[in-house]
Amino acid sequence: MHPAASVILFTTASGVGYGILSLAPLLVAFGILPDEDRWLGGALMLPALGLVTVGLLSSTFHLGHPERAWRALSQWKSSWLSREGVMAILSYPPTLAYTYAWVSLGSVDGPWVWAGFATVLTALGMMFTTGMIYRSLKPVPAWATDWTVTGYLTLGPLTGLAVIIAIASGFGLHPVRFQAVAIVFVLAAAIAKNAYWARLQAAWDDHAQNAGAAIASPGNTVRSIEWPHTEANYVLKEMGYGVARKHAEKLRRITRNLLLVAPAIVFCLLPSLLPLPYLIWAVIPGAVLTLAGVAIERWLFFAEAKHVVSLYYGVE
Amino acid sequence: MTCLPDETTRKLGLVIDLDTCVGCQACVTNCKEWNTGGHMAPLTDTNPYGAEADGVWFNRVHSYEVTTPEGSSRSLHFPRSCLHCEDAACVTVCPTGASYKRTSDGIVLVDEGKCIGCKLCSWACPYGAREYDVFEGVMKKCTLCVDRIYNENLDQEDRVPACVLTCPTGARHYGDLNDPQSDVSRLVRKRGGRDLMQEMGYKPTNQYLPQREKTNVASSVNQSPALAPLDDTYGASGLLGWVDRMLERMD
Ligand code: SF4
Ligand code: SF4
Ligand code: SF4
Repeated sequence: MHPAASVILFTTASGVGYGILSLAPLLVAFGILPDEDRWLGGALMLPALGLVTVGLLSSTFHLGHPERAWRALSQWKSSWLSREGVMAILSYPPTLAYTYAWVSLGSVDGPWVWAGFATVLTALGMMFTTGMIYRSLKPVPAWATDWTVTGYLTLGPLTGLAVIIAIASGFGLHPVRFQAVAIVFVLAAAIAKNAYWARLQAAWDDHAQNAGAAIASPGNTVRSIEWPHTEANYVLKEMGYGVARKHAEKLRRITRNLLLVAPAIVFCLLPSLLPLPYLIWAVIPGAVLTLAGVAIERWLFFAEAKHVVSLYYGVE
Repeated sequence: MTCLPDETTRKLGLVIDLDTCVGCQACVTNCKEWNTGGHMAPLTDTNPYGAEADGVWFNRVHSYEVTTPEGSSRSLHFPRSCLHCEDAACVTVCPTGASYKRTSDGIVLVDEGKCIGCKLCSWACPYGAREYDVFEGVMKKCTLCVDRIYNENLDQEDRVPACVLTCPTGARHYGDLNDPQSDVSRLVRKRGGRDLMQEMGYKPTNQYLPQREKTNVASSVNQSPALAPLDDTYGASGLLGWVDRMLERMD
C-alpha cells in the first residue's frame, strides 16, 4: 500500500498526542504526575492538543475535497472512518475541560476527575477506531488481524509515555516514577508488533495461493503475460507499492531497535541506575528515538502491506 | 446511507465468459467512450499522448498464460470491472454516504457531490474496480451503465451496458442474476459460473464462466512441433520440389 506522507504524519502525530491524553489523567489519578504543577499540566496537555489537532488537519490534506470533510461524520453506523471522525470531535470537550482544570485551577479533583476519565476513554477510542479502519480491510491480509488494533492501542501510549517522561524530567520528576508503566507498555508493544509481523507473510501466502483460482480455475497456475495498461495506473500507484518489501527485514530491525529496545533501555533500565540530572540527557534523546521508531513503523505498516488486487498483476 | 440493503429486488450484473473473450479490448474502449460522457463523466486522462499516460477506466482486460496440472497451457483474457457485490465493503467503509448500493437493482454507485476523495473505498475493493480521478478529486467506478440500461431515448435493444453491446465475441452478458429463469442465471448454471475471490466474502453479483475443458489435452502438452524454418524445403515434392531442385543447381 502506498504510504501517503500525510497519513504517516497523521498517525504518528495523533498517536503521540492521544497517547499522552490516554495516560496523563491516569498518571495524575494514581499520583504519579502532580496536578498542582500547572506549568507541567500546560507542558503536557497543550502539546498533546496541538499534536492531535495537527494530525487531524494533516489527515484532511490528502482528501480530494477537504471542504466536504464534515460529511465524513455522517456514516458512523457502518464506517470506522466515520466513527473515527466522530470520536475525534467527542474527544475535544473533555480534553479541553481537563486541560482547563489542570492549567488554570491547578487541581483536577471533584468533577474534573470525570473529565479526566472521558479524556482517557475518548483518546483510547481514537486509537481503537483508527486501528479498526485498517483491521476491517479484508483485501489487505496483513492488516486484517486484531494485532493491527493492538498495535495502535499500545504504540500510542508508548510514544505518549516517552514524551511525558521527557517533559516531566525537565520539571524535576525522576523517570523512575514511570518505570513500572514503561515496562508494561514496552512489553505490550513488543508483543503486539512481533505478533503482527509473525503472521504477515503467512496471511499473504494464504491468498496468493489462490491466485490461480481467482483468475482461471482452481488447480491451475497463471502467469501474467500482459497488463491492461502500459504505464502505472491509479490501482498500481495506490496499492502496488513495493519499495519497502525488499528491505523489510532491515527496516523491521531498525524499527525494533528504535521503538522497543531504545525505550526498554532508557525508560525501563536506566532510571534505576542514574540520578536525575544525568537522566535528562538520556530520556530526551530516548523519546526522540522512540518517535523516530514509530514514524518508521507507521511507514512500514503501509509499505509492507500488500493488496490482493496485485495478484491480478502477477505479484506473488 | 452506506449501510447495505438487506436484499435487493433485482441483482443486475454481468456474466463474463472467459472461454470466449479474446482480449480485443473493445469493451474497454467502448466503456471509456460511453462513460466519459455519461453518469460519472468525465473519465479524465493525465498526459494521454505523452510518457506516463494515466487515466480513469472502469474496465481493464488482463492476459494470462494458464497452465493446468497436466502441463497443458493456453492463454486467457480476463476483463476486470466492478462486480456490484452483495456484501460490498467499498460501500460500508465510505464515511460520507457517497458510495451506495441501490435497493431496487443492486447497482453500486458513487455520488460525486458527496465524495471527499478519501480513497478508502478503493482499498476496500479486492478487485481494483475503483479508480480515483485526480482532477476532480473524487472516486469513480463502473455504473453498470445505469444511464443506458434505463435510458428511454435509446432503442430497447441498445439498453444494455456499453461493454456488453460492443463485445464482438459475445463474451459479456447482462441481466438479472436474482431471477433464476433469466438468460444469465441459466448460463451461470450451465457453465458453472463462479465468484471471483470467493474467500473475500464479498458475494459478487457478476459471475465468471471458466474456460471449457480442452477436448484434446494430450496434443497440447508441450509437444506442439516447431514449425520448419521457412527456407527449409524439406519434404517439398511435385512442382515445388522440382523448382527447389532447379534453384539449388544455380549458383
Ligand atoms: S467490485 Fe469492488 S467496487 Fe465493485 S461492488 Fe465489489 S467491492 Fe465494490
Ligand atoms: S473516496 Fe469518496 S466514495 Fe470512496 S470512501 Fe471516500 S468519500 Fe466514500
Ligand atoms: S457496465 Fe458500463 S461502466 Fe461498467 S464496465 Fe461495462 S461499459 Fe463500463
